[in-house]
Amino acid sequence: MVSTANSHLLDARQMARFCSDGLIVLEDLVPQELNEAVYHDELTVQPQGYEFWNSSEAIRRVFDLPQVKGVIESLIGRNYVYDHSFLHTVKPHISKSQNWHVDSGVMNPNPHNFDIQAFYFAHDTPIEMGPTLVLPGSQLRRANYWSISRYKNIEGQRHLAAKAGTIAFMHQDIWHCAQPNRTDRTRYVFKIRLNAVEQQRNLFNTDGYDDPEVREILKTHYPWYGSDWQKEYYQRLEFWRFLVGNDYIWKKR
Amino acid sequence: MTMKRQQILFLCLVNPELSSKTIAWALYDGASGADDSRMETGDSEVPPYGSVLDAMRDGWKVIQAPQLPYFVHGHENETGHLPWEYMLEREVEIHG
Repeated sequence: MVSTANSHLLDARQMARFCSDGLIVLEDLVPQELNEAVYHDELTVQPQGYEFWNSSEAIRRVFDLPQVKGVIESLIGRNYVYDHSFLHTVKPHISKSQNWHVDSGVMNPNPHNFDIQAFYFAHDTPIEMGPTLVLPGSQLRRANYWSISRYKNIEGQRHLAAKAGTIAFMHQDIWHCAQPNRTDRTRYVFKIRLNAVEQQRNLFNTDGYDDPEVREILKTHYPWYGSDWQKEYYQRLEFWRFLVGNDYIWKKR
Repeated sequence: MTMKRQQILFLCLVNPELSSKTIAWALYDGASGADDSRMETGDSEVPPYGSVLDAMRDGWKVIQAPQLPYFVHGHENETGHLPWEYMLEREVEIHG
């Protein structure tokens, strides 16, 4: 198997952002020509839904780009397995939103071993068009599927308004929901889930993993943590120790 | 003819003290119609009340307070749902 060039792997700062937030959003990852080809397919090819991956040659080219594969391999290694994908749509003038949820009814026994879900935007998706709503920093909390559906708004929630060519790579357990589309155009977002089948340690460019700047990223504080803040930071450092392959860094003894 | 309907408001706070800051909120309004799209996920960045006490001062009644946790040894640093969630209610009149 050909190894991805080091220049395409996530660096320690980007990986720390993923560790803290449960996602990393990369703009301009896909060239505009390919965005337009995918959007054309979103408007025209059948079948869609779970079958869009097979219907569209353009969408498969997106996930074969070296800069996209580099991110995937940084998170779950080179031996990942395709789980499923789906072309999600929100029709024009839909005022109802989806409830908060986690994408599994089965608890992940070890959040340090995680699948990723990549959300690819082939067209510009401003807030009024209903980009996915996520709760950064929620990926290490113990919740499953609709157990969080009673909440409506949480301080720190983030609308993933995106330009065409953006891909958001998410930890499988991040809290999220679809949003209303107040425009007169259908909103498309392509989601693909990939399973990790190897230990997710030292998969990215770990240079500088113990820099002060990295530690500052890992200290990112979300207001919704409330009295759980120190527990979140504790868990996040445990996650970082796992990801970088150093079980003792910044550990109190 | 005047009828009464129940409104339920969930407020999650930063800690169990009732005047502490609201960090999550949800309104379920029994006086609303089935197609009413107020209080959807993601529709607000500002809570309706800064705390449970603020809501009480506006006429809401607390009908459930969160139970204080017992931390199980070995799992004391785990987190899950928002722990300090209060349920409040008030009745409103509608004219049918």
